[in-house]
Amino acid sequence: MKRHVLHPIWVAIGVVGLILFARLLLVPDDFGVHGDSFTYNYHRLGNIEEWKNFPVKYQGTDTCLECHKDNAKAHRRSPHKRVQCENCHGPAGNHPDDVEYLPLNKERAMCLRCHADLGYPESTARSNLPAIVDRHHKRRRECVSCHNPHDPREDVE
Amino acid sequence: MSCSRRDFLKDSVGAAFVSSLPLSAFVVLTTEEAAAAIAESTVRWAYLVDTTRCTGCGMCVKACKNENEIPYDAPVTRTWVERYVVTNDGQTHVDSPDGGRDGFTSDKIRDQEIDPDTIDKAFFVPKLCNQCDNPACVQVCPVGATYQTDDGVVLVDREWCIGCGYCIMACPYGVRFFHPDHKVADKCNFCYHRITKGMMPACVDSCAFGARRLANLRDPDDPVTKIIKTERVAVLKDEYGTKPHVFYIGLDNNVR
Repeated sequence: MKRHVLHPIWVAIGVVGLILFARLLLVPDDFGVHGDSFTYNYHRLGNIEEWKNFPVKYQGTDTCLECHKDNAKAHRRSPHKRVQCENCHGPAGNHPDDVEYLPLNKERAMCLRCHADLGYPESTARSNLPAIVDRHHKRRRECVSCHNPHDPREDVE
Repeated sequence: MSCSRRDFLKDSVGAAFVSSLPLSAFVVLTTEEAAAAIAESTVRWAYLVDTTRCTGCGMCVKACKNENEIPYDAPVTRTWVERYVVTNDGQTHVDSPDGGRDGFTSDKIRDQEIDPDTIDKAFFVPKLCNQCDNPACVQVCPVGATYQTDDGVVLVDREWCIGCGYCIMACPYGVRFFHPDHKVADKCNFCYHRITKGMMPACVDSCAFGARRLANLRDPDDPVTKIIKTERVAVLKDEYGTKPHVFYIGLDNNVR
């Protein structure tokens, strides 16, 4: 065959070879079809483990109960028992190992999330909760200066 | 070289038979491998939202953002709560300020005062990834960076995603967004790191009203699975054929 035909063929073969070689180096071994569908299960297998190892921040009420027994007792028999500790106290993370004190949000806005009267009909879940109209009830005072958040039936001494 | 008609026909049939065999016919599997190939996962995660219980406190959105390291003040979120207020003139007012992250503490909707006497109904609807059986977002990914696990959750590989945004456009529910820090597509994964450890997703734990619950559809004794199987539930945008796995109790026709 003539050289002007052969040379481009060698170049083309070389380029294809290079691409295949690069692919071999760059694509991880665990990349492929892991499941029954090429469309939905074509991925890097190791990524599943990476997501499983994502750090947990909200540890759950049971973890809080291990130490904070006094607060938990009052909280447990109050109408607020279904509100988990970390909703108001923030995510525990590795507390108390790294963060000694969790910042506590005492803003009115925190309580108003549930207890703002929006004037909605009975059929709205919000309407079944005790509620205030923000602009009419003790404006600019923190709710927790009068109401005990752990057991709102009790007043603060 | 000579070849009789008989030999020629014999060889042709043989060759046709052998060439029709796929390569995989020659793979020898051990008993365990064969069992693993047929066995279905014992887990298929699904989700149940009871809109009649949602009070719009937004604790779920706050918990989700903290748990999953989604920038708190960026206008992106993996889950959000929508407020619907239907007035007697037939209008539906919808809003979701900051995705409902700080709850709904004002009766104004998009700076508009609504007379409480004109309100026919009002409700809150939490939304999140539907972990579809036929996820459109996975189909369109050009690099295999998003996929479905064998327990039904759709994950995004942050190492592999090139940030092209096709999946964000493809999702009919609009649950995907571009992560401002990692520069990749991001979405709810039912807190995969929690549910695989036996915990509940952060949004489920933070919901004080039981409006958000997780189910394993392959466990017939799961109480939430029983509700999904035996009670009247609905899904969003069924007509898209994506087979979503977030089920809703009390879903109103105004919700899209």
